[in-house]
Amino acid sequence: MDFKGFDHPGRPAAGGTRSVKVMIAGGFGTGKTTMVRSVSDIKPLTTEETLTQASADVDHLIGVADKTQTTVSLDFGKISLNESLMLYLFGTPGQERFWFLWNGLFKGALGAIVLVDTRRLASSFRAIEEMERLDVPFVIALNVFPDSVNHPIDEIRDALDLSPHTPIVACDARDRASSRDVLVALIHHLKERSDVALETR
Amino acid sequence: MSAPRRPSDPSGLERYYVLTGGRSGPGGSASSLDVATLIVSLTAPVTGTQHEHEEILRRCRDPLSVAELGAHLGLPFNILAVLLADLLEAGRVEARDPIPAHDAGRGPDLALLEEVLSGLQRL
Ligand SMILES: Nc1nc2c(ncn2[C@@H]2O[C@H](COP(=O)(O)OP(=O)(O)O)[C@@H](O)[C@H]2O)c(=O)[nH]1
Ligand SMILES: [Mg+2]
Repeated sequence: MDFKGFDHPGRPAAGGTRSVKVMIAGGFGTGKTTMVRSVSDIKPLTTEETLTQASADVDHLIGVADKTQTTVSLDFGKISLNESLMLYLFGTPGQERFWFLWNGLFKGALGAIVLVDTRRLASSFRAIEEMERLDVPFVIALNVFPDSVNHPIDEIRDALDLSPHTPIVACDARDRASSRDVLVALIHHLKERSDVALETR
Repeated sequence: MSAPRRPSDPSGLERYYVLTGGRSGPGGSASSLDVATLIVSLTAPVTGTQHEHEEILRRCRDPLSVAELGAHLGLPFNILAVLLADLLEAGRVEARDPIPAHDAGRGPDLALLEEVLSGLQRL
């Protein structure tokens, strides 16, 4: 470790390293933590936030510090894209109703991956609705489990009520290359949206 | 400073109260902090300052995200944000927010997306 930041007081420190973030959303057990783990360069970590809410809503499953405090944890990992750009991946808390309590959780994200277990489509409905409401661009990643049935993509698109523009890709969240390909699909989607935005100016 | 180096009640609210001097919620310059914001030390850690402040300065010689800091220090985001606000106000750290895909008024950042893409393709 060097001290480049300390040699020149008053100058921008430690090169120009910057970050980008991508959120991984989806219902409980759809593979969010697994995907963060498989694609991260570092051992995945967990960070916590203490959220305050009306005690009537407190969920007994998620650890309650006191009547109005709820601890929500976020799994995350990071990928060094190059010497000066880091990609941080955050697996969102399973309980979507806490997302809006965490101010700015999705703000500044490039976009999101919404994981879907095709055996339980409905478990990701809420995540999709929230992405649409927050105007976060997203791709759908169908996480393939051993007993998943191969449904035609159009059927899944209908069942999830997705726009024709939302990409749907299949993946194995346990596999690094497969998870990387989902990230690539997301960035391609963002570029396409950009092209459209430029054309309509 | 009276904050213990190894708190006897490491996960307790009491510890957070001591660390933040009872202040709650990120104020001032730290209110925009994101979990992916990178923190970079601008000055060397000085012994004698609050242990957690010193620890942040030591760990952020190279840019480190708020999320990683929180995980390494065992502090929730809201408590860490209060400590970072102190350091930001004192000019001892710099905070770099994550780059959005779209900058308000400046349109989509295609160069950034290309950079992300080529980084991913090298994995
Ligand atoms: N077969 C298979 N199992 C998976 C896959 N992804 C996740 N799992 C398993 O599904 C379970 C739930 O995954 P987890 O990542 O904890 O889900 P989360 O609640 O969305 O974070 C775990 O037991 C994983 O090992 C996958 O792609 N294939
Ligand atoms: Mg999980």
